[in-house]
Amino acid sequence: MLTVNRYKCCYCGACVGVCPTCALELVETWLEVSADCRECGICTKICPVGALEVKA
Amino acid sequence: MSMMCDVIVVGAGPGGSMAARTAAAAGLKVVMLETRQEIGDPVRCAEGVGKRALCQMVKPEPEWIAAEVKGAKIYSPDGTCIVMSEDKGGAEVGYVLERKVFDRGLAMEAARAGAKVMVKTRALGLLRKDGVPVGVSAMRIGEPLQIEAPLIIGADGVESKVGRWAGIDTTLKLKDIESCAQFLASDPSVDDQYCEFFLGNSIAPAGYVWSFPKGEKLANVGLGIMGTKSKPGEATRLLKQFMKSRFPNGKVLEMVVGGDPCSGPIESATADGVMLVGDAARQTDPFTGGGILTAMQAGIIAGDVAAKALQAGNVRREGLKEYEDRWREEIGVHLARSFEFKEFFVKLTDKDLNQLLGSLKREDMTKMDLRAMLRVLFRLNPKLLWELKHLVV
Ligand SMILES: Cc1cc2nc3c(=O)[nH]c(=O)nc-3n(C[C@H](O)[C@H](O)[C@H](O)COP(=O)(O)OP(=O)(O)OC[C@H]3O[C@@H](n4cnc5c(N)ncnc54)[C@H](O)[C@@H]3O)c2cc1C
Ligand code: SF4
Ligand code: SF4
Repeated sequence: MLTVNRYKCCYCGACVGVCPTCALELVETWLEVSADCRECGICTKICPVGALEVKA
Repeated sequence: MSMMCDVIVVGAGPGGSMAARTAAAAGLKVVMLETRQEIGDPVRCAEGVGKRALCQMVKPEPEWIAAEVKGAKIYSPDGTCIVMSEDKGGAEVGYVLERKVFDRGLAMEAARAGAKVMVKTRALGLLRKDGVPVGVSAMRIGEPLQIEAPLIIGADGVESKVGRWAGIDTTLKLKDIESCAQFLASDPSVDDQYCEFFLGNSIAPAGYVWSFPKGEKLANVGLGIMGTKSKPGEATRLLKQFMKSRFPNGKVLEMVVGGDPCSGPIESATADGVMLVGDAARQTDPFTGGGILTAMQAGIIAGDVAAKALQAGNVRREGLKEYEDRWREEIGVHLARSFEFKEFFVKLTDKDLNQLLGSLKREDMTKMDLRAMLRVLFRLNPKLLWELKHLVV
């Protein structure tokens, strides 16, 4: 499962731009993950603050 | 609630505001949607722009500008410093803006030209009739809103969805985006006169560190690294490391993070009833990461073409061809060139970078623009730069 650490996220939208399935949506300061997430982990790599993690 | 207009602009960044201003000034009924409650905040930018190019598009208000610089200093990994003057130093330096004020100022210009600006209003998807986009569904302060319009301009930044909704795949590969982190820092050793660039694979792999002064020893100190070199939190970690070595007494007053597209021109920025501008169309300069001016330029073209297409009664993709042609000519050609530089630059080792910048030590750079500098570099380092030969004419 992809988890968002909301205490870390700076809501910059970089992860939204790289997600191949369009599973992320930035709602101002709130990052939403939809059921389309395939847990590929691409978004976790781009996050400048490390707020995203794919957990088993 | 529902409403109707001629053009919906999604996103009130520099690209969206210029599109809205231009379209409204041409007499169109324009609605500009911005998901944030405050335009321009939080900032995701180092705020550097070329002075001349900016002034060609708008008359800057004094409060938009934090500082004016004399030029750029570029440091190689071994510390060699090359100085370039502002009027020659390429497009990225000149003014360091206060983007919170600047972005709001541009939105104000759009509003004064007649556009309706709606904040805390997020576009959720396209409305379609017979498969063709006829508007946008949105959420406005928690309430549903439907806006009908024959034309939609997607200026929704790096996180853009408008293109994808319209069938344009704008997904960025990791090699086509820089992961960035920046501190607004106060430090006695900030150079108030120059924008500084620091190169090196250990400080910013396949990217660079910048320090853009905002006056009184305050600067945007940040870095970008290529997505393929990034891992969770890497940009912030490297920035802290750089701060320790260069600005050990730096007091951090603000934190900025973001993704900066560097894909070069995309295949198409238009679909039936839709035009994309700025970061949404990945129109950032892939080499420097600068995207404010290109977004504004594209916005102006899109606003202009919107008026023509509506008058001609054809907003299908063929009817929007003028936008596609003009942005490619005015911006795309440069982006493509810059993309090649980037692809080459990211392969350079620290030894290569030292050799290149070191070779310029005895040259007078103050009168050179980027192109002239490249010619000199090529003359002095033909072997290393052989791959770029076709670009250096
Ligand atoms: C760290 C960093 C440093 C940079 N430094 C520089 C620099 O020094 N100089 C330079 O020229 N460029 C720089 N850039 C690039 C520059 O910031 C962008 O290219 C520029 O902001 C693009 O403008 P835009 O109008 O296309 O998009 P943006 O300014 O990103 O505006 C897009 C707007 O759309 C809104 N939006 C998104 N989705 C929706 C939706 N569904 N509904 C409604 N609104 C929506 C967003 O909230 C946002 O306000 C930098 C970028 C980064 C990340
Ligand atoms: S990239 Fe990281 S900081 Fe930026 S919006 Fe995504 S999770 Fe938040
Ligand atoms: S893990 Fe992959 S599919 Fe899931 S949100 Fe991140 S990029 Fe998208």
